Amino acid sequence: MNDMISPDVLARQLKIVGTRPLRPDGVDKVTGRAQFGADMHLPNMLVGKVLRSPHAHARIKSINTSKAQALKGVKAVMTSADLCDLPSEFVPAGEMMVNFKDMTRNVMAREKVLYEGHAVAAVAATSEAIAAQALALVEVDYEVLPHVIDVEEAMKPDAPLLHDDMFTIGVEPTPKKSSNIAKRVEFGFGDLEAGFAKADVVVEREFTTKPVHQGYIEPHACVANVSEDGQAELWCTTQGQFIVRAFCSKLLGMEVSQLRVTASEIGGGFGGKTVVYLEPLALALSRKACQPVKMVMSRSEVFQASGPTSGAKIWVKVGATKDGRITAGDALLKYQAGAFQGSPVQPGAMCAFAPYELENVRIVGFDVVVNRPKVAAYRAPGGPIAEFAVESVIDEVAMKIGMDPVEFRLKNAAKEGTRAPYGPKFGPIGLVQTLQAAQAHEHYKVPLKANQGRGVASGFWFNIGGETCASMNLGEDGSVALVVGTPDIGGSRASLSMMAAEELGISLEHIRPMIGDTSSLGFNFLTGGSRVTFSSGMAVVEAARDVIAQLRERAAKIWEVPVEEVEWSEGQARFTGSGEAKSLSLAELAATAGKTGGPIIGNAAINATGAGPSLATHLVDVEVDPETGKVTILRYTAIQDAGKAVHPSYVEGQMQGGAVQGIGWALNEEYIYDDNGHLENPGFLDYRVPVCSDVPMIDTVIVEVPNPNHPYGVRGVGETPIVPPMAAIANAVSHATGVRFTDLPMSPPRVLDAIEAKQAA
Amino acid sequence: MARLILSGNLQQLANGASEVEIEAQNIKQLLRELSKLYPALAPHLEQDSFAVAIDGEIFQDVWFVPIGPDSEVHLIPAIRGG
Repeated sequence: MNDMISPDVLARQLKIVGTRPLRPDGVDKVTGRAQFGADMHLPNMLVGKVLRSPHAHARIKSINTSKAQALKGVKAVMTSADLCDLPSEFVPAGEMMVNFKDMTRNVMAREKVLYEGHAVAAVAATSEAIAAQALALVEVDYEVLPHVIDVEEAMKPDAPLLHDDMFTIGVEPTPKKSSNIAKRVEFGFGDLEAGFAKADVVVEREFTTKPVHQGYIEPHACVANVSEDGQAELWCTTQGQFIVRAFCSKLLGMEVSQLRVTASEIGGGFGGKTVVYLEPLALALSRKACQPVKMVMSRSEVFQASGPTSGAKIWVKVGATKDGRITAGDALLKYQAGAFQGSPVQPGAMCAFAPYELENVRIVGFDVVVNRPKVAAYRAPGGPIAEFAVESVIDEVAMKIGMDPVEFRLKNAAKEGTRAPYGPKFGPIGLVQTLQAAQAHEHYKVPLKANQGRGVASGFWFNIGGETCASMNLGEDGSVALVVGTPDIGGSRASLSMMAAEELGISLEHIRPMIGDTSSLGFNFLTGGSRVTFSSGMAVVEAARDVIAQLRERAAKIWEVPVEEVEWSEGQARFTGSGEAKSLSLAELAATAGKTGGPIIGNAAINATGAGPSLATHLVDVEVDPETGKVTILRYTAIQDAGKAVHPSYVEGQMQGGAVQGIGWALNEEYIYDDNGHLENPGFLDYRVPVCSDVPMIDTVIVEVPNPNHPYGVRGVGETPIVPPMAAIANAVSHATGVRFTDLPMSPPRVLDAIEAKQAA
Repeated sequence: MARLILSGNLQQLANGASEVEIEAQNIKQLLRELSKLYPALAPHLEQDSFAVAIDGEIFQDVWFVPIGPDSEVHLIPAIRGG
């Protein structure tokens, strides 16, 4: 338990937390003032561009850059030789464990190219046209190799091998023959055979999902500026400036202190901006040219060369008694990692059955490399894929025993004290409350018409804490500059300011929140894992309490009384000893700070622990056009346990955003490759994300089961909302058509084929 | 002595042991003692990033969280997220 929690904090009357003020960054965003990744311009700035592989798999026999280098206007050309070659070694980079051997090869190919779009060389020139011309002059001699795109094909013993030195981890003894299977993971407990023997009904099915991209509108972009003495500045769109610094300094052989990274405003990340692509290349080019270099990915580059999430093949088996108790659950997950190991199969396996209380459960997962771009995190990495399959089977089991699917889930729902499939017991969680809210919701009772179906699914995500700092600088007028190190993606400047104002007892408008660069604070883990309102919130609260302690001391000095006789309440120091009542406001104390001891700064540097899982239940109604196979989302309700919604509008926004991304994943989005391993739809015209006309207003219900480890009960909400949608929609489409859908996306041709196959049968 | 529960891959590397009693007052000591007890686990504990659940509460990348004498401890993969 965290020792900063006051037992009464949740009981006290909150004035700001839980309200819906305007966001501090709102005006800049709606007026176009906000500076995103591609908005930075510097004098003498060069344009950097990347030469990318036309092959899915090929050995690089040679690269000749001399003609490109000789072109007028070209100031620098780089290849992998300009980055450090690092050994295969998992090392801490900030809080993450990364294999720098893979990272240096992913940002710039060395011995081989492993996917279409893999970076091979980069140039910096005085104009984009010259840079493009220079790329055409780089001569690369390839030996094209056989490639493999499909996960099950890649697992076969005779599959084209991506890495000669990959021997499956997690299999005892470790295989002596290399393969594309990087890792086997297994979780679970109990006796599966006995569990299935007790079942009256057993459902077993196979599922497939396709890789889908995070689909952020803002492409990867950065500006690097390295001076002649080696000091470097980098501006980039990222979810974690400190992680970018850690990665880039390692790849370029720089001391961390020589590189200052500033995060721009971010136009969406969803996990995809937790890694580096252009940043080390821009730094290497700038280091060579001694001029600033700007690089921006095109949309096709974003699709071809930045990480989607895995596609997968999944098998699930669930047994249950007629009275609605699950007796056993078994799952096999095969996830594509892309060109380098590290798919989210491990968290996927841990999430798969997490919403349920099971006595007998097993999940086995395989992390498999294929000739596709290396996957990156995508909201609740791995969870949506596994839970799509499990929640579909759960729905089918409920159907077979003739039980309402919400009631069936309630009978088996995980709660406080339930042992998770990955081992530990849950603390307080709110799945039951989300299911009860679903049952009680008017949406669940509305009658459906012909060709319409209703689906329900639940979802789980862990949420995390991590290293976090905050600094609170008190101005001479009593206003506060709040500096945090986690980029604001989902409205965190608002939620963090609100917690600061609540603690200090001042109005929100007196607090100016900002995102610090890497030189302004100690290390901060990135914005991800639904951790910012939780972790940065804890740091902000601790920094505020540091300020309050100093203010109490200053007031005690002024009044010449013991500090124990000074309390902080409603933005004022108050004398609580015997005698005349006295008080000093924060502004009054700030005005005399110089005379009473100097400027007042509150700091916090923590490794936040005690994150609380968030669970959700989604309801969706669909209508299927039997003539075209088109699925229309008629109504959607997302219900989620937020712990405490600091700013309910932004919690609702996260829930709505996750639901809409899930609708895209369920109905349209997929990477389509031709026989040569070329991506055929690297653009938003052919890779169809939902637009406003595709979705109804997403209704939301926030459930609040406080996380006892956070000063305000916060859990974190950003990831869980993308877990239930695919299963909820698949269940709805299945009920509308009478055909069980097990393959994503449920695009019109697939749905129509299934309907016609049923009619023909 | 704290009770450490092992499952899946970690159980394989610990000669199939599903439950181990370990004398450890904090997470750092627990990992050290576990590596001594099962040398096959040691490289994985160093290479992979693990979280430790003590009586249901998950701690990630921290060494000095106390472990009670009757605590139930699970070693699980670290969670990152997107």
